[in-house]
Amino acid sequence: MDPVLLVASIMVSATPILLAAIGELVTEKSGVLNLGVEGMMITGAVMGFAIAVSTGSPVLGFLGAAVASAVLSLSFGLLTQYLLSNQVATGLGLTLVGLGLSALIGSSYEGQRAPTLPKLDIPLLGDIPVLGRMLFSHDFVVYMSLALVVAVWAFLKYTRAGLILRAVGENHESAHALGYKVVRVRMAAIAFGGACAGLGGAYVSLVRVPQWTEGMTAGAGWIALAIVVFSSWRPIGVLVGAYLFGGVTVIQLNLQAAGTTVPVELLSMSPYLITILVLVVISARGAHGAPGSLGRPFHASS
Amino acid sequence: MIRLERRPQPSTLWTALTPVLAVLLTMIVGGIMFAALGKPPLEAIRTIFWDPLFHPQFASYSRPQLLVKAGPLILIAIGLSVGFRAGIWNIGAEGQYIMGAVIGAAVGLAFYPSDSVLLFPLMVVAGALGGWLWAMIPALLKTRFGTNEILVSLMLVYVAENILASASSSWLRNPEGQGFPGSRNFKQWPAVFNDELIANTGMHWGVVAAFIAVIGAYVLMARHIQGFNIRLTGEAPRAARFSGVNPARIVLLCLGVSGALAGMAGLFEVTGPAGQISIDFGSGYGFTAIIVAFLGRLNPFGILLAGLLMALTYIGGELAQLMLGLPGASIQLFQGMLLFFLLATDVFTNFRIRFVGREVA
Repeated sequence: MDPVLLVASIMVSATPILLAAIGELVTEKSGVLNLGVEGMMITGAVMGFAIAVSTGSPVLGFLGAAVASAVLSLSFGLLTQYLLSNQVATGLGLTLVGLGLSALIGSSYEGQRAPTLPKLDIPLLGDIPVLGRMLFSHDFVVYMSLALVVAVWAFLKYTRAGLILRAVGENHESAHALGYKVVRVRMAAIAFGGACAGLGGAYVSLVRVPQWTEGMTAGAGWIALAIVVFSSWRPIGVLVGAYLFGGVTVIQLNLQAAGTTVPVELLSMSPYLITILVLVVISARGAHGAPGSLGRPFHASS
Repeated sequence: MIRLERRPQPSTLWTALTPVLAVLLTMIVGGIMFAALGKPPLEAIRTIFWDPLFHPQFASYSRPQLLVKAGPLILIAIGLSVGFRAGIWNIGAEGQYIMGAVIGAAVGLAFYPSDSVLLFPLMVVAGALGGWLWAMIPALLKTRFGTNEILVSLMLVYVAENILASASSSWLRNPEGQGFPGSRNFKQWPAVFNDELIANTGMHWGVVAAFIAVIGAYVLMARHIQGFNIRLTGEAPRAARFSGVNPARIVLLCLGVSGALAGMAGLFEVTGPAGQISIDFGSGYGFTAIIVAFLGRLNPFGILLAGLLMALTYIGGELAQLMLGLPGASIQLFQGMLLFFLLATDVFTNFRIRFVGREVA
C-alpha cells in the first residue's frame, strides 16, 4: 500500500466525523447533549447532495447542507430549551426524524452522481515531493475542518464569548445569576453543532462516496458522539480521535479489498468494536472532564 | 408574556391527553407533507389509519397483520420502558433483537430435523438468552467502568448486523439452498414453526408473550419492590442510594429484562413471520419500539395501545405505498414526527402555562 495514498485517504475518511464531532463538542460545552448527530448528518448528506446535483455546485451543496441541518437542530433546541423536553429522548427523536426525512428526500436522487469538488493545490507546499501529495492536495473542506478545530480551540480558550459558553455549560444556575442568557447561548451552540454535522454529512455524500444511498452515514454520527467522550471535551482530542478512527476505517477497507483470510464481517464491525473499546478505556480511567451541566434541563424559575 | 410554572406533580390528565394531541398534530403536519408530495392528504390519512381495519377489500388481509406487527413492538417496548423509568437508556434493542433471533435459530438448527415438542421452548429460551447476553455487554461495562450505555448499546447494533450477515451467508446458511444466502426456512419445519394459533388473527406465540409481558411489567412496576426501586432510581437517584438501592443491580436488571424481551421478540419473528435468518432480517423494530415506549407513556397498558397504533401506521403505510404511490420513507418520517410532537406537547404535563403581563425587573 502506497503510504502517500494511505495518509491522504485517512484524511478524507476522518473529515466527516471530525466536522460532526467538533460541532457536537461546542454543543456539549454549552451543557446540551444532542444525541441527534446521526439524524443531522444524514439530513446534511441528502440536502447537500440534492442541492449540489441540481445546481451543479458542490460549494452551494455544502452551504445548503449546513443551513438545513442547523434548522433541523433548532427544532431540537426549541423542544429541549423552550419546551424543556428530555434531551436524550429528543435527540433520539431527531435521529429518527432525520433518517425518515432523508430517505424521503433522497429517493429520487438514488443512482445519480455528484459534481466533483475540485482539489485545492496549495502553490508552494503542494510541490514538496512526498508530503505535498500526502497533505497539501485535498479539497477545501479538509482544510476547513482542520481550521475549524483550531478556531474552536482558540474560541473556547481565549475569547470572552467562549468563556461565557463554558460557564453556561459548567453551571447554568450561576451563569444565569450572572446575567448571561443561558437559553440563547445554548440555542446558538446547538445551531453551530447542527451546521457542522450537516457539513460532515455532505462530505460523505459529495466527496467520500460520492453518491446518495439511504442510511449512508451508517452510524458516523454516533461515532462522532463517542469521539467527543474520547476527547475529554478538548478540541485536540477530537482531532486525534477522528483521525484514529479514520485510520481504522481505511485500513479495514484496504484489508477487505486485499482479500485477507479474515472474514469481511469481522473487518466491517471492527470500527464499532474499537469505538467501544476506546470508550471503555476512557471511562475506566475516570476523570472525564464533562461539562457540569451536561444534559441537565435549565428552567429559570424565579 | 408566557411563563412556565413547574407542576408539583405531572398532570395525570395531560399524561393521557398528550399522546392523542401528538397523533392529531402528526396527522395535520403529515397531511401537509402529503399534499406537498402531490398526494391527496385526507385520502392518505384515511388509507393509513382507517383502511387497514375497515377497507372492504383489504381489511381481511391487513387486520391479522396488526397483531403480527404489534407483537414484537410491544414486547421490545415493554422491556425498554422498564429501563427508561430508571433513566437507563438502552437504545440498542435492535441489536438484541437480531442476536436473539440468530442464537435462538442456531440452537434450533443444531437439532434439525428433530420434531420434539421441547425444541421450540428451548429455542425461545435461547433467544431470550441471546438478547440478554447482548444487553449484558453495555450493562457490565456500565457497572464495571462507568461506560456510557447509550453509545455502547448502539454500537453493538452495527456489530449484530454484521454477525447477522455472516450467519446468513456462511455458518447458518441452508445447506440445501443452492448456495443462496439465508438459513433453512422454519415455515417448512412444523415442529418449530411459530404459526398463527387461531387462523386469520395474526395471533402467534410472540403476541401471547407480548400480552404476558404487559401484565408482568404492570405487576413489576406497580406492585413489586424492584419496580419501586426502579422508579425511585429514575426519579431521585440520590434518595434511592440512601435507601439502600444498589444502582449496579438496577442497571443489570433493567438492561437484562429489555435484552431478554427483545431477544425473545427476535426469535418469535424469525420462526414465524420472517421464516428464516436472512441479511435483511433486522427491520428496525428495535428503534420503532423506542417511539412506542414513549407514546405509551412508559406505562404497560399505554404501550399496548401505542404498539397497536404504530403497527397500524406500518400496515397503513404499506397500503398507502401500494394504492397512492406514497414513498415508503414517509412512514418512517411520520413515526419520528409522532415522537417529536409527543415530546413537545409534554410541556403541558410537567408545566402550567401562565400568561402574565411584562414583569418589572
